[in-house]
Amino acid sequence: MSTSHSAVQLPADWRDFYALTKPRVMSLVVFTGLCGLLAAPGTIHPVIGFTAILCIALGAGGAAALNQWWEADIDAGMRRTAGRPLPAGRMARTSARDFGVGLSAASVLLMGVAVNWLAAIILALSVVYYAVVYTIWLKPRTPQNIVIGGGAGAFPPLIGWVAVTGDITLMPVLLFAIIFFWTPPHFWALALFVRSDYAKVGIPMMPVVAGEASTRKQILGYCVILLPLSLAPWFVGGAGAVYAVSALILSGLFLALSVPVALRRSTGPDDAMRPEKRLFGYSVLYLFVIFAALVADRWISVQGLA
Amino acid sequence: MMTGQFEPDEEYKRRMRARNIVVGLLLGGFAVLLFAITIVRMKESL
Repeated sequence: MSTSHSAVQLPADWRDFYALTKPRVMSLVVFTGLCGLLAAPGTIHPVIGFTAILCIALGAGGAAALNQWWEADIDAGMRRTAGRPLPAGRMARTSARDFGVGLSAASVLLMGVAVNWLAAIILALSVVYYAVVYTIWLKPRTPQNIVIGGGAGAFPPLIGWVAVTGDITLMPVLLFAIIFFWTPPHFWALALFVRSDYAKVGIPMMPVVAGEASTRKQILGYCVILLPLSLAPWFVGGAGAVYAVSALILSGLFLALSVPVALRRSTGPDDAMRPEKRLFGYSVLYLFVIFAALVADRWISVQGLA
Repeated sequence: MMTGQFEPDEEYKRRMRARNIVVGLLLGGFAVLLFAITIVRMKESL
């Protein structure tokens, strides 16, 4: 590009490409993927294990970039997302699309060549699930978008597990199910206190379509389901007492925090929404700790300490 | 602003230099990783 003119287009900064990958979301994806890998029975060479996690991260980053490419106009209308590279005008839309496709394709190819093709196929499915099924199809059409779309975020521990074992068994499916049922209360707690933003851009989030009261009851419902579900790995013999006790305490607290959210009603624009914010914050901690407990349990079992 | 106007040279050059460094580091890291994967797989097949 010539720089001899008085004014030219400024190329996007590398930090904007990094921001496209949603690094904060990716940290949770990488963590659950790593936990799936570490909790799986069997061994994996550290280099291959590192590659598997890198591929999960790249796939998640690619899917996030495609999500932002598709939703640039919607993001521009919400305060929380208006500063992202595309709505803020710091990057061309085609650059985001090409970056997303490139990252996704590279992650699947590398996973297949270096780790195994079953893990690569599941990774490809998860990218398509998030970028196409959730972002393009479900999110603008149904208030159940988060419920079904939650599957996209539930793939990482399954992929990590399959990277080690090479096959799908009940345990990784249960890990998938835990994140799947964790997602609605996590996102709807957020949607309750950013409700006006979603309504403004016409996204049919549950609080906008079904109303606040229904959403609050459903949050409680998913937390009730999550309690026995989180104990299922122990029931089926895939995890020990350390995990079982941790899951019981964590899920019990999750349920306890969801009760005040279910019972109250917003008092208006000045409502600080503390119970909802507390539940959202705890939900992030919940996922980190329950998966860490699963890995600790596996480590104790391998060391013969239990 | 990506589509905004700016006086050429300095900012443009700074951004391109930063991008080239980042891409170079990533490609270098990728090459090292591929080499390590090849070694691991070769050892496993022996």
